Amino acid sequence: MSDKVLIKKGIIVKHNKTIYNQDILIENKKIVRIDAGIDDDEAVIIDAENCYVVPGLIDLHCNIQDPGFDFKETMLTAGQSAIKGGFTTLTVNPNTIPCIDNKAIVEYVISKAKSESPVQIVPYGNLTKNGQGEKMSEIGEMQLAGIAAVSDGDRAIQDTDLMRNLCNYCSMFDIPVITHCENRLISNGNEINEGPISTYLGIQGAPITAESIHLARNILLAHEFGTKLHITHVSTSQSVEMIRSFKKLGYKLTCETSPQYFTLNEEAAMGYNTLVKVNPPLRTEKDVEAIVMGLKEGIIDTISSDHCPDTIDSKEVEFTLASFGISSLETAFSLAYTYLVEEGHLSMEQLIDKMSYKPAQILTLNKGTIQTGSLADITIFDPSEDYYIDASKFKSKARYSPYDGLVIKGRVKYTFVNGKMHRVDI
Amino acid sequence: MSFNKKHFLDLKTLTESEISYIIDSAQKMKYILLSKNASQPLYLKGKTVATLFDEESSRSKLSYELAALNLGAKVIHLHTDKHFKKGESLKDIGRYIDQIGADFIVIRHEVSGSPHHLSKYVGASILNAGDGMNENPSQSLIDLMTIQDQKKSFKDLKVVIIGDVMHNRVAKSNIWALKKLGAHVALVAPPTLLPYGIASTGVEIHTSVAEAVIDADVIMTLRMNDKNEYNRLIPSINEYKKLYKLDVQRLSYAKDDVIVMHPGPINRGIEISSEVIDGESSLISKQQVNGVAIRMALYHLLNKKGGGQLIV
Repeated sequence: MSDKVLIKKGIIVKHNKTIYNQDILIENKKIVRIDAGIDDDEAVIIDAENCYVVPGLIDLHCNIQDPGFDFKETMLTAGQSAIKGGFTTLTVNPNTIPCIDNKAIVEYVISKAKSESPVQIVPYGNLTKNGQGEKMSEIGEMQLAGIAAVSDGDRAIQDTDLMRNLCNYCSMFDIPVITHCENRLISNGNEINEGPISTYLGIQGAPITAESIHLARNILLAHEFGTKLHITHVSTSQSVEMIRSFKKLGYKLTCETSPQYFTLNEEAAMGYNTLVKVNPPLRTEKDVEAIVMGLKEGIIDTISSDHCPDTIDSKEVEFTLASFGISSLETAFSLAYTYLVEEGHLSMEQLIDKMSYKPAQILTLNKGTIQTGSLADITIFDPSEDYYIDASKFKSKARYSPYDGLVIKGRVKYTFVNGKMHRVDI
Repeated sequence: MSFNKKHFLDLKTLTESEISYIIDSAQKMKYILLSKNASQPLYLKGKTVATLFDEESSRSKLSYELAALNLGAKVIHLHTDKHFKKGESLKDIGRYIDQIGADFIVIRHEVSGSPHHLSKYVGASILNAGDGMNENPSQSLIDLMTIQDQKKSFKDLKVVIIGDVMHNRVAKSNIWALKKLGAHVALVAPPTLLPYGIASTGVEIHTSVAEAVIDADVIMTLRMNDKNEYNRLIPSINEYKKLYKLDVQRLSYAKDDVIVMHPGPINRGIEISSEVIDGESSLISKQQVNGVAIRMALYHLLNKKGGGQLIV
């Protein structure tokens, strides 16, 4: 049987270009031809008329929870979840047990991902041993073993001297240092934004300065040594303002946000709604607007899923005791399409730039575009059809979502990973 | 007027008329309590009240228990601390109590929102006896009832609350309720002891006690809690005393018929001077019968709504 696939009449959107009514021929895992009116009798034909055909999405921020928490998610379920959400490349935040802080674990994760997951999964290595923020891990060894970036996940390094040394040390590598910004001395656990809502609910809130102080610190330290820095899940208007100013001054950094920060505000936590407990917490409507503006103006470079699956039991407890995070691989793209493109804030090209091209650039992956000769990582989605989010049908093990029941657009129909076609049925 | 809620979780979601209705019912209960000859109405005959407290002993637990016994209910207790230490979840403990046949669950818990959380999983009516830093609504109703006894109406009353509002859940309930009832509320405390953005509820904020209490009708002083908690919030208890203690001199700026209240337990000489505590404006330790009356009224009103079902 032929492994040829012919995608007919799609609208191809790349980060810099849109081409209408084009056919793509895939053979031997690769894109072999892009043209109008290709005919091939042997190929499986996919009708993509009126559908967008885009480079496979790349997720810079994803908690796969495997190894150590395979009751929350595994490489397999995360991969299936990614396929359904249009992602072809995932990364592993190193908040696993054991942590990804040495080359043996890196090798384990890479080989386990290869054998289990239907999408490519690249690991991040821990900046510090056991993610404790106390001693440097063997970053060079891990880089040789194949990590795509270094990060301590959602555990911000509190020790500024160590952080400075890490920035200095990592300046000799080409991989980015990815940091979550949270000054824990003042973040009160980062469970809810400090404001009228936290006061209303009687929970101590996290001030926005808990994020900004670390943001500024990390940017200054990375700048001091020319370290490649990527700031993860930017959530406040103040952060956007600061990144805007630093970029204007010529400081090199990239940053990302995630769907919850441009679709929901702190009011969603009313009634102690643990489904929207995320770290950093949801902010005000003014912050949401600033995040959208930051995306629009290119201040915020990328959009990641911030997929953070856990068990439903971890959410059905008191707010303060509940786990952080949203199961979002399967909703991230549709939410971004609906809230940003449909609303007129971003063009399709900009969205693809932020969810595929730029992430590939940041991790130095040879991906994120559609061209002859490149590996066939492709996502096809239908922009016109409304559908509603049904969390009970998630492929992820975490079958809950604050967006459950929401009607949105941008349904993924096919995801091609390395030339292998996956039909997405909802 | 009526009260149609299944649970009693907080005051901030109740309306002015619901709050007034509870207080009016409590006045009737108080009348019965004080007239020794009147036979007590056994509204809760055959019902069971379970208390679920994460603290060893508490005066409000006593008052909840007496109120239930007065109305003819059976009362059972569970000290939850041990269960939490074993890792049992509140949801499971609550369901257990529900299953063995409790009609009311009175809960005190250190996590804000825990009664709201529990109410999603049980058939019994939940009564919030204090959750984290959120609210202690029944304790606040006692204060409100006392104010009503003394001042008749809340409209345009100036109520000044002095001290650590941030950590005090009764004060929070009082603020939400007093605003609804039409009182004018002023808070006076170091800024580090006020909840973020509390001004958005329409209260007045002061840093000087003398200024804040001018023309006050009611003054509430709040307990300074475990002193270690304040290490990073204020320089010292001595400085706090100097700036915020309610003494006779500061009290003199208030109206002549001002009443002084304190939710207790009191630190004499820290948040309030002994002279004021034992002075004629003070209602401290004189409001305890209201506590039982309020809780009797709450049981009765929730019971009318159904008060949960007996699971056989």
